[in-house]
Amino acid sequence: MLLARLTEVNGAPGQEGEVRNLIRAEVEPYVDEIRTDSLGNLYAIKNAGAPGPTVMLAAHMDEVALMITGIEGNGYLKFRSIGGIDPRVLVAKTVVVGEKKVPGVIGAKPIHLQQPNERQRAFTMRELLIDIGARSKEEAERQVKLGECAYFTTKYEEIGQNRVKAKALDDRVGCALAIRLIQSDVSYPLVAAFTVQEEVGLRGAGVAAYQVEPDLAFVLEGTTASDVAGIDEHKHATSVGKGPAITVVDRSVIPHPGLVKELLALADEKGIPVQVRRNTAGGTDAGRIQLTKAGAKVGVVSVPCRYIHSPASVLSKDDFEHAYQLVKSYLERLEESEGSR
Amino acid sequence: MKDLIRTLTEAFGPSGYETEVTDLIKTLVEDYVDEIETDVLGNLIAVKRGSEDGAKIMFAAHTDEIGIVVTHIDDNGFLRFANIGGVGVATLIGNRVRFANGTIGVISREKGDWKETTLDKLYIDIGAESKEEAQAKVNVGDFGIFHREFVDLGQRLVAKAMDDRIGCVVLIEALKQIKEPKNTLYFVFTAQEEVGLRGARTSAYRIDPDLGIALDVTMTGDTPEARRMEVSLGKGTAIKVKDSSVIAHPKVKELLVKLAEENGIPYQLEVLEAGGTDAGAIHLTREGVPSGTISIPTRYVHSPSEMVDVRDVKACVDLVVALADAEIDIN
Amino acid sequence: MDIKDVFRSLSEASGVSGYEQELVRPIQEACKWADEFRTDKLGNLIMLKKGTGPEPRPKIMLAAHMDEIGLIVTKIEKDGFLRFSTIGGFDQRVLLSQEVVVHGKMKLSGVIGAKPPHIQTSGEQSQAVKMEDLYIDLGFETKEQVEELVQIGDLITIKRDVVDLQGSLMAGKAFDDRAGVAAILECFKVLASIQHQADVYGVATVQEEVGLRGAITSTYGIVPEIGIAIDVGFGDQPGLQDSDTIALGKGPGVAYGPHVHPKIYERMVETAKEWSIPYSMDPSPHPGGTDAYAIQVTRAGVATILLSIPLRYMHTPIETLDYEDVKRTGRLMAMFIAGIDNEFVEGLTCF
Repeated sequence: MLLARLTEVNGAPGQEGEVRNLIRAEVEPYVDEIRTDSLGNLYAIKNAGAPGPTVMLAAHMDEVALMITGIEGNGYLKFRSIGGIDPRVLVAKTVVVGEKKVPGVIGAKPIHLQQPNERQRAFTMRELLIDIGARSKEEAERQVKLGECAYFTTKYEEIGQNRVKAKALDDRVGCALAIRLIQSDVSYPLVAAFTVQEEVGLRGAGVAAYQVEPDLAFVLEGTTASDVAGIDEHKHATSVGKGPAITVVDRSVIPHPGLVKELLALADEKGIPVQVRRNTAGGTDAGRIQLTKAGAKVGVVSVPCRYIHSPASVLSKDDFEHAYQLVKSYLERLEESEGSR
Repeated sequence: MKDLIRTLTEAFGPSGYETEVTDLIKTLVEDYVDEIETDVLGNLIAVKRGSEDGAKIMFAAHTDEIGIVVTHIDDNGFLRFANIGGVGVATLIGNRVRFANGTIGVISREKGDWKETTLDKLYIDIGAESKEEAQAKVNVGDFGIFHREFVDLGQRLVAKAMDDRIGCVVLIEALKQIKEPKNTLYFVFTAQEEVGLRGARTSAYRIDPDLGIALDVTMTGDTPEARRMEVSLGKGTAIKVKDSSVIAHPKVKELLVKLAEENGIPYQLEVLEAGGTDAGAIHLTREGVPSGTISIPTRYVHSPSEMVDVRDVKACVDLVVALADAEIDIN
Repeated sequence: MDIKDVFRSLSEASGVSGYEQELVRPIQEACKWADEFRTDKLGNLIMLKKGTGPEPRPKIMLAAHMDEIGLIVTKIEKDGFLRFSTIGGFDQRVLLSQEVVVHGKMKLSGVIGAKPPHIQTSGEQSQAVKMEDLYIDLGFETKEQVEELVQIGDLITIKRDVVDLQGSLMAGKAFDDRAGVAAILECFKVLASIQHQADVYGVATVQEEVGLRGAITSTYGIVPEIGIAIDVGFGDQPGLQDSDTIALGKGPGVAYGPHVHPKIYERMVETAKEWSIPYSMDPSPHPGGTDAYAIQVTRAGVATILLSIPLRYMHTPIETLDYEDVKRTGRLMAMFIAGIDNEFVEGLTCF
């Protein structure tokens, strides 16, 4: 299962190697050319130089993680987040550190020894430590290095009504969509750009757009769904099971209004359930791509995911399929009007 | 000029959806320029060619205004929304918004302490009695703007979206006065400034000018117990020294001061502690573009009732006209 | 003048973000080893030392910012006192009682006045004085007298001569990042006596403190394959945790994080070990805050690294460093550059 393979590899911003290697192996059979650049963005390219608009599909390979920033005398590891993580989701979780995947736990004081009011106060990242079982700094240093990252250990699992639970659905779901979409049978230049460092400032995308020079770009993301207990309906942002979410506006971009209209109309025509992303917070690679060089037409199609940036996120496989169908229909429609066959 | 200001400020043009404004401007300027086109971001670019040995100057005034976007329609037909650009809670309560199709709504808030009233505690009432009735008029994802008419108080004018339709007016009025400029002038009516100087970035890349000048509003310090600022209405065009997006190139600042003094244009020097303009994007394009901003002093910026002084507007127009023939020697 | 003396005079000179011109000539004159000089449209100073490799030679850009944080005149009060705002990040608490230079029609000395304890109310001393309540006293009596010499928008710098502390430690203003500029000069000096294939662009960038602005445009113009940013890093000082700082006197911090290309990191560390140059490993989950952040994402991307000179009391007029660390940083860069050839550079886009 593609999504299972993608979510179970590890890749922090700047350290996306494992993810990149997996994706490279997945797309190689379907494209004319594969290359990388000095930031580590991976490009899967079809029909370079062919007539027609250059279309770019973008998904980011990096996930939020914890960077080891210190090793204490007693063998515990200090860390800071790389990308945004709420410290409250960290306590009492298991992690693996670095390429060697050294197992560790993020410890917490036993409830028995806490004062009653202690439990009201959240832990800050500075107070938390990773315990890999080493009993001294030297022992720890034999297993892990400063700068390596610790990742959540959540296993991919299908749950409930056609739903998926995994880590890093933001944005391995986008990568899965891009891997499938790059297989589309089109004659115009089509590039799947698997970008780096989105989580620390949308950094790979602008560099990628500079090289690809797209006329049209689709950013494929896993986005916030807060349709859960205790949240007022108007704060849900998106709802799981109601179809892919089309962004009308977020912090980084106002996607091309004409393109938004076209996507909604196409969804209607093909009977694909779709929703509008009902929240303006957050940003995506689209912000950078739209403003590179003389500008590009961009759209953002996202699969709603609950609990993003935490160890365990949840999405609907139906939403994933519908996202794929929507963008595929668009690419096919574009082939009809602009393709050279 | 006052009619032009009325027409432009009352038009509908929130960030990302500026076509009504750019279409209007296009009809007003196309007869005065050599080329005109719109790019993928919605920037309207009008070119007036100068002589071979003149410089390439890019003027930028943004067509977009701040606004709101509908994020939810509840079962009783009330709308929830988020901001587009810098819209504050205080300027929204009790005010009216207008959507592209003309639907008008009133903004109010949930009960509770003012201090804790954040944007997500506000809602819009378009007079619908049910969700279905509301959905017939408005959709989630629709953009809206302040609904407020222009008022002529004599020397001073009040309207919503003076920021930055007044900048657009300055460029249009200047264009009408410039016949055969020495320099080649790009009049760019930029999109999406309020959400991050976005239109200016791509248009500046495309044009690659020698000099960049933004026309935008700046705040004043001349109202009761105002935040400290040495810019006042009626004291002339404001030549920007710095804001948070740009430190005006010293030679550009000097040039603007020199032109103002040579042409008897009243001016004031402006230091804005927070806030940015298109010059912020233009000056970092490619290998860098020496840039500055000519500011129109404005009271009550980002409210539905922004106020300017016609004497200051005229001074800005005169300064732009003076640049058309100026010797640009920045290096 | 040896480079340490150049560093001293650069620190004492004035160059607030956007107004760095005064620094260009002293840096250029001190860099006897460069082949070509130019300044670009934003004022970045670019010093090129050509390599000996076959064309096209790889381009390595070294970037250290010459601008300093400063203050700007926002109002002239009726009795001649000046009100001001900041350019760059100033902790308002370090301004009280500082001596300043106001750069009006000429350089004027002033003092940021402080209320004497005798007339303070009780409890006042536990509150920091707010920036808007601070003012500069130039010693004039009327607004008119001041207006002849000073206008809105004039710049203000802190007056500080460099102080030599024990050993090779020094304290002064604007060590952030004139120390980086000095490190570039030290690097060029070493390069003058060794072979290097690559072309080296030493750039004294402008406007880093207000948004890495000079780095954006200078990188665009040079299009380097490798970018090395040299800035200052948080030195060990009371009140800060070890894992957040780099020790003084142990060489530069070599950053490791999203803004650092893994092969550049490896090669830099190998170079340090080979030439016995001390360094500290500097894990950096957050890629921002220095010119490296801007250089890395210019055009089609640049392989970058950040070297940090350990500095105590950053963004105060008494920034403190060990000058030996500046020399070590210069030497490390020179030996790194000596080992760069086309083959290494081609490998940088292979992942």
